[in-house]
Amino acid sequence: MLAYYFNLALRSLKRNKVLTALMVLTIALGIGTSMTTLTVMHVLSGDPIPQKSAQLFRVRMNVFPDANFKPGDKVPDNLTRRDATALMGDARGDRQAMMSAGSMVVSTAQGDPLSVEARYTSADFFPMFDVPLRYGHGWSRADDTARERVAVISAALNEQLFGGRDSVGKTLNVGDQSLRVIGVLGDWNMNPRFYDLSNGKFGDSEQVFVPITTALDLHLPTSGNTNCWGSGADVHAMNAPCLWLQYWVELDTPSKVAAYRQYLHNYIAQQQQAGRFTHRGQVSLQDVMQWLDAKGVVPSDVRLQMWLALGFLGICLLNTVGLLLAKFLRRSGELGVRRALGASRKAIFMQCLVEAGIVGLAGGVVGLALAGLGVLLVRHQPTDYAAFIHMDLGMLLTTFVLALLSSLLAGLLPAWKAMHVAPAAALKSN
Amino acid sequence: MTIHPMIAALRKHKAGVVLIALQIALTLAIVCNAVFIIGQRIQRVDRPTGLKEQDLFLVTNQWVGAPTGDDPASIQKLDSLLREDLVTLRSLPDVASVSPVNSMPLLNSSWNGAVALQPGATLQTIKARTTYFFGDQNFVTTMGLHLIAGRDFNAGDVANKGFRNTSEPNIIIVTKALADQVFPKGNAIGKAIYLDGSNTPSTIVGEVARLQSPSTGSGSNASVWNAVIEPARLDGNFALYAVRAKPGRIQAAMREVAPALYKADPMRVLDDDSVKSFADIRAHAYRADVGMAILMGVICLILLGVTAAGIVGLTSFWVGQRHRQIGVRRALGARKSDILHYFQWENLLIAGGGAVAGVGMAIILNLLLMKYYEMNRLPVPYVLAGVVVVLLLGQCAVFAPARRASNVPPVVATRSA
Repeated sequence: MLAYYFNLALRSLKRNKVLTALMVLTIALGIGTSMTTLTVMHVLSGDPIPQKSAQLFRVRMNVFPDANFKPGDKVPDNLTRRDATALMGDARGDRQAMMSAGSMVVSTAQGDPLSVEARYTSADFFPMFDVPLRYGHGWSRADDTARERVAVISAALNEQLFGGRDSVGKTLNVGDQSLRVIGVLGDWNMNPRFYDLSNGKFGDSEQVFVPITTALDLHLPTSGNTNCWGSGADVHAMNAPCLWLQYWVELDTPSKVAAYRQYLHNYIAQQQQAGRFTHRGQVSLQDVMQWLDAKGVVPSDVRLQMWLALGFLGICLLNTVGLLLAKFLRRSGELGVRRALGASRKAIFMQCLVEAGIVGLAGGVVGLALAGLGVLLVRHQPTDYAAFIHMDLGMLLTTFVLALLSSLLAGLLPAWKAMHVAPAAALKSN
Repeated sequence: MTIHPMIAALRKHKAGVVLIALQIALTLAIVCNAVFIIGQRIQRVDRPTGLKEQDLFLVTNQWVGAPTGDDPASIQKLDSLLREDLVTLRSLPDVASVSPVNSMPLLNSSWNGAVALQPGATLQTIKARTTYFFGDQNFVTTMGLHLIAGRDFNAGDVANKGFRNTSEPNIIIVTKALADQVFPKGNAIGKAIYLDGSNTPSTIVGEVARLQSPSTGSGSNASVWNAVIEPARLDGNFALYAVRAKPGRIQAAMREVAPALYKADPMRVLDDDSVKSFADIRAHAYRADVGMAILMGVICLILLGVTAAGIVGLTSFWVGQRHRQIGVRRALGARKSDILHYFQWENLLIAGGGAVAGVGMAIILNLLLMKYYEMNRLPVPYVLAGVVVVLLLGQCAVFAPARRASNVPPVVATRSA
């Protein structure tokens, strides 16, 4: 029976090509724009490290002296060197890392000097963030303490400087200092770069990783946000009143999280007793997804575009409802004949829905092409996330389901109306 | 023409009428708000920075093998590298003036702090947030700022310091916006202010008309015109130079930079991005705003198109359905123009109803956007313009089917439908 309806629907659609084309195009435009923006949302709001995102926590606290603190203020993103060093010393998490971004010029005996992005961090960084290593290994906590002049480099930098060969043991020159390569990363590109969102939320991973103790020892240049509330000769000094270090901790059970939170509160209370500040202080412990949400990693423009596109889809659907209504009611006569010949109301309803569904499928196919075009356009936008936007199988399927569902939805009212066409009246007026 | 029979006729097509009206209402709500967003973006993109932007470009330089420490010897070494570069750049034939800088408006990398009238500022005594620019005696000239009171820096004012050194300067130049905020009674020249909770005063020696902060985010609107200029060369592993080319010679000057710097000292890295005109910096800073404005504009246009197509489709159907009725009216003496006007009035009635609902929806949508996306209140003219646009759209869309209706010959009345 469905095949028969399908046949009828095709004939009907062929009879009025302009109206059919208009309906298909309307649905396609709605689907195309909303799928494009949904794809962008889907990619941008994805979990960068799904296997561990619930176990990694960004540690923040408010250590402003009273002068710069208002109750209800947001807890600052970064820690002072003094606090980060104290937390590292206590090492109460399963793993912990303090870090900062940097940028520098590296050179080797052979190659041209290159300007690179760097990360100064501590030993746990590699196991914490599941960073794969192709050659060599990361450094140890002992290396951190000993301020070893070592570096781990990215696969891309290894390719550029050493032709992709095992470069463990080679030397990198940074300023008037030198570092020994002890490891080369495998494919690792964390996006969004959740561990430090202050230097571009999306982008390639850093090219050089150096123990932060070594970087401080050598005064390697840092980049990112530095927020100070007093003057001094060196913003990186141990007691400088400056927030510039990111701090992460790994905690694998909820009880450990609770214990760590208590530990932070105790730490703040101690500092308060020592007279560092007069307010009660604040601490914040957020896992990866909470952190991404708090930092608004999905740009508000993108959300706005998505809502705009969904509103647009809504209008397209209203339009389709109107056109389908016109189409079905214009065929009152034909439907009357079918009813008079014994077709049930349900049959008429089904027939109309099949017709709406065909329009929806066609709209979905064209809409998919439009969405593909849209994604292509987004990829050519000069935003930092552009390169990561792609359409996957899931989104492809979603497109079809969305197209079909929305056209069936649009077909409901017209089909309902058509089913109630009185056979006698329709026949008589003919 | 009386409205009453028209309403009676429309009652027979309730579903269709409601659909068109709803579509018009939604279109109005979305288009009003979208156009308002576009307008705000354009306003932000168009605001002047206070710089003379023509002939201005930025050079970003990183040295190879330069010292990384901030002991006095390292800083003096870095400073001599910086001064050598300044000499090299100033000697170029197409260059008018050069200043070392830490940032530029629209560059999105800024150094921010707070200003107070007392030493050791607390939250209660902080008068304003500000952004800091560092430059030498050529800063005001090179950036093309307009000095409206006091004096410019001279060579004797300029000192050098390490990049991580946050000690405060003795004298500063401020923007008029900042001066007005800190000294509402005017006459800021000669007064002392305290930067970033410092205990040493900085005296204001000059005031410039306008200088925009480097950040372009929408959140920084309140202090976007507050700036303090410090007479200092910052010595770090890298350096930024603002360069003003001789009038009309910017292309030539930009081409001269890299070879000249490499010739003076090859131990440096200058990549493709290192010499950038201010026009490029501006385009880069606002690319997302411009992209968003274009996208919204395109969606609005398509939206209007879709709505018009919907009206054409449904009206055509009504015309087809009422063929016989129209024939009867024609036979009874109605002129073609009467039929035409009938459908036009009918559309005006539906679109008018839709527009009324649309104004309400536009306001609700605006309130939602204000709540979640830091939008401003939608001004009335936007709504009124929106109403006019949808009404006109309806009239244009209805014209073709209405004309077809007016061409129905009276003889149709005699045929059985």
